Formats: sequence, structure tokens, C-alpha cells
Amino acid sequence: MTTARPHRSVIRATGLRKSYGDKLVLGGIDLDVAEGTVFALLGPNGAGKTTTVQILSTLIGADAGEVTIADHDLWTQPDAVRAAIGVTGQFSAVDNLLNGEENLQLMADLHHLPRAEGRRRVADLLERFDIVEAARKPVVTYSGGMRRRLDLAMGLVGDPQLIFLDEPTTGLDPRSRRGMWDIIRELVAGGVTIFLTTQYLEEADLLADRVALLDDGRVVAEGTPAELKRRMPGGHVSLRFADDLQLDRAARSLDDARRDDEALTLDVPSDGSVKSLRALLDQLDRAAVEVDDLQIHTPDLDDVFLALTGQRTRSATDPSTTEPSTTDPFTTDSSDIEETVR
Amino acid sequence: MSTLTYALADSRTMLRRNLKHMVRYPTLILFVIGIPVVLLLLFVYVFGGALGAGLGPTMSGGRTEYLNYLVPGILVLTVAGGGQGTSISVAMDMSENIIARFKTMSIRRDAVLIGHVVGTALQTMIGMAVVLVVALLLGFRPDANPAEWVAAAGLLTLITVALTWLCVAAGLWAKSVETASNIPMPLLLLPFLGSGFAPTDQMPTAVRWFAEHQPFTPFTETLRGLLLGTGIGSDGIVSVAWSVGIILFGYFSARSLYDRDPSAA
Repeated sequence: MTTARPHRSVIRATGLRKSYGDKLVLGGIDLDVAEGTVFALLGPNGAGKTTTVQILSTLIGADAGEVTIADHDLWTQPDAVRAAIGVTGQFSAVDNLLNGEENLQLMADLHHLPRAEGRRRVADLLERFDIVEAARKPVVTYSGGMRRRLDLAMGLVGDPQLIFLDEPTTGLDPRSRRGMWDIIRELVAGGVTIFLTTQYLEEADLLADRVALLDDGRVVAEGTPAELKRRMPGGHVSLRFADDLQLDRAARSLDDARRDDEALTLDVPSDGSVKSLRALLDQLDRAAVEVDDLQIHTPDLDDVFLALTGQRTRSATDPSTTEPSTTDPFTTDSSDIEETVR
Repeated sequence: MSTLTYALADSRTMLRRNLKHMVRYPTLILFVIGIPVVLLLLFVYVFGGALGAGLGPTMSGGRTEYLNYLVPGILVLTVAGGGQGTSISVAMDMSENIIARFKTMSIRRDAVLIGHVVGTALQTMIGMAVVLVVALLLGFRPDANPAEWVAAAGLLTLITVALTWLCVAAGLWAKSVETASNIPMPLLLLPFLGSGFAPTDQMPTAVRWFAEHQPFTPFTETLRGLLLGTGIGSDGIVSVAWSVGIILFGYFSARSLYDRDPSAA
């Protein structure tokens, strides 16, 4: 949370709740998306990602919560919100009986663009999204990647300031996925705000400025990808020493370290931040220890994802344990070792 | 542009979309033309002789006489047949994800529905024109003057719009395309349970009571009066009242069904 510069929120939601009958889908989530950023809502299937997008894009209602989108209240001014957003759904929302060009022209007409301006924008989008050759072919003949590109292009005809991308790369082959990522980066460079949902950590890591981890209808963690990784149990600094003497000396000054006599290493729990590294090195300096080699092990978002979402399912009855414990990063490892030894 | 201009523009855009669908996938128009033409041929050439003889003492009877009697009923039935196509195409459209996109756009809310109504109404009118041409070729001889033709066309348009709104609502209400194709079935039967194919005064009391109080009888009688000069009486007013009532009911049902929160279902 180093963003000292005050930002303008494009989406601000507090206490958003939604149930389908008895089933709680969203258990009161808060979101704050800054203008011109990519916000990723990351979570497994059934976490409530699509429901969140459906609510924020005015498609369905919610049971509780306050939401402002592009300075308009979602409940009282849905039409003003609609005018500010573009939506690309998980399943392509294109007209299958029309061709690509007609689909885009339909959007231009519905945005009441003047004829020439509409045609110019349609041609431009066809070009930009590489649909020119297939422009006059029925959409049913399009490949998955092409449909998704058309779908996204349709959401852009109205020049929205906020774009919802609900799992934009789900089901795409790696090449199309990369192409979609490039397109998203271009959009952000153009100043658009993007609200992205994904179940791919790599995607959130690559594209997002901020990530919220959604599990079982709750935001279990939120921050920049780097922040989330640092908060992850299992992050540590591995120190290697030239000989036993140095190792002994270091081990005496660092009590929570794990020692490996054979490899001459010490693993010290750490969030990998500069501050904690400096503290660690200062401590080693004071103990006059010579460090041969130092490696920082930061978990990737995959670890964060599995730890946080997994933990939640295991301890569903006890909400206090949803926050990952950072005190003993080695618990899992050592218990594994113990089990193999016995 | 004003709100009204936007509303018209959006509806026109949606109508254009529907017309493109129809031109590209013209299966439904076959419904609209096929059923009435087959029934026309069947009733004229198979049952016509017998039914013509039973039309009553005021008429001379016979096949041509029966054809003249039958055509207004067949035209009204064409509208009902078009209704089935409407429900199917609305239900099919609602199962497409593009509808969700429309709902997240700042456009006139009922433009999608108006597009469907105007599109299928036009389709039904074309169907009726074809049916009328077939009837004329078979020997249908109306004696309407130009004003009566205009009135007949107006009445058929009104009935078409009314039944189309009703069938749009049915298509929205249906959870599946199959259901949507079944709901309007009774509409196809109503002309038979009225004065479309035989005079009501020869029906058993209960059936006759129903026949005389359901909308298709005044529809048929008014049309018959305009085209063939039989008595209209209060049937004209009753037809208009039924139509307006059905339009209001159909429109508001369709609106609320379209607006219903899909997550609340």
C-alpha cells in the first residue's frame, strides 16, 4: 500500500452480499479499483467471480452493499453505469447469426455513433483485433480465440472507461491466451481501467496491479502480486556458509533458522522484503559471520492461492484461521520429513 | 437526441437485427405460410363440399361458398401460426449470451422486444399476403371496397401485434425452446373453436358459449364482414377491445419477464 498519490476509484464496493436461495455466493466483499489500473479477482471455480462481475455490470441485483462505478450509484443510476462500462463475458456474447462486422456495427448503432464514425470504429477494431479476413463470415465459423477477440472488440465500440473481463482466456490455447494478454496490456496503456477475473495465477501475476483472492464468496487476501507473495508462508532466505564454524556462529545468533549441516546452509524465515533482508544482514554482521551465498525464496502466486484457498476449505468452521500463519514456515516441511522417517 | 429518438433508434437497430436473422434463417416463415395454406387446401378440397352444404339455409352451399366463408378464418389462423414462430425465436434469442450484453448496455430496455414484435409482425403480414394470393387463385371472391380493404388490413395488423406481444411474453416465460414452441399451440386451436371454420350456431351449447366469447370469433366475424359484407355489429368494437387488452397484457408481461433478475429465478 505504497500508493501515496490519491487515486480516483472507478469501482468502490462495500459489503457486497449475494445469496441464491440458501446458498451464500458473496459474503460481503469490499473492492476498490483505481482508475487506469488492472484489478484481478482471482479464485477457483464457484468462488463468486462471475457473480461479482454480473452484479457490477448491472446484470443482476445484490442483497446488500453499496457500489459506486465511475461516480454513479449502481442501484439508482444503472444506465449511467452502463454507459461507462464494456463487458466481455466468460462465454462469448456475440450474435451467432450475424457476421463479425455486423456484430460490431450493431454495437456502433446501439451506442448511437454517427454513421461515418461508427463505420470508422468498426473498421479500426476489425483491424486491431485481426478479424479483417473473417469480417464477412458468420460468427459460428470462428475459432474460440477469434470469437473471444470479437467479443472483446464489441465491448470496446462504445469507448468504455471501465472494462469487465470475465475469465477472458479460459478455454483458449496458449497462443491465443498470449494474444489476449497483449491486447489487455494495450488497453491499459490507453488509459482504460480493467476489472479482470481469472483462475490463472500467471495471468493475474502478469497483468494485474492489484489482486484480490476470492474464495467461497470472501476476499481472503488483497494486494499487489508482490505483496501477496511476501505474505505467503514458506518464504525464506537461504544462507550458505564456507565452513562449520561460520554456520555454528550464524545458527547461534538466529534462533528460528533451520540448519542443514551437510549442505552448510541455514534457512531463515523471511518475507523477502528489503527491510527484513537488511535486518538479517545487520544481525549477521554483528555476529561477524561471513556469508558465502544468499538466496531469496519467494513463493509464487500459486503457493499463495493454494495455501489461502485450501486453508479456507479445511477450516471452514473457524474463520479466524483464514489468515495464513507466518510464524512457522517449516511446519509442513518438517512434518513431511518426520512421516517419511518413521 | 431526445430519449424518444434514442428509443426509436434502438428499436430500429434491433428490428434490423431481427430482419437479418429472418432473411438468413427463413425457416419460420415457412411455418407462417405452410400451415394456413395446407389447411386452406384441405378444408376446401377435402371437406369443402360437405361443409359448404352445411353452412345454413341462407347460403347456396358448395365448395366456392365455403372457400369464401373459410378465408377470413384462415387469415386469422395465420396470425396464430406466426405466434408460435415468435415464441420459438424469442426463446432461442434469450438463450444467447448476447442478450446479457444488451442488458449491460445503455440502450432502450424494451428495444430487443420491440425488434422481435415488429420483425415477426412484418413476417406474419407477408405470410398473410401470400395466403391471400393463394386463396384468390383458388377462387376466393371478396366484395370489399378500398376503405374496407384498408380497415381489414388495419384489423389484421392490430390482431397480429396483439398476438405477437402475447407470444413474445410466452417465449420469455418459457424455460426452454421446446416449451416455447408448445405454449402458443392453443392459439392455433382457437380459430377452430370459433367461427373460423363453421358457424357457431350449430355447435353444442357449452362449445357455442365458449366460441362466442373468445376473441377469435369477433376477429373472424369482423374480417368476414369487411371482406364479404356480412354483418359486423358489435364485433368490430369487441375485436379492437380484445386486441388492445391483449397488447397491454402482453407488453407488460413481456417487460417484467425481460426485466426480471435472472439470479432471482
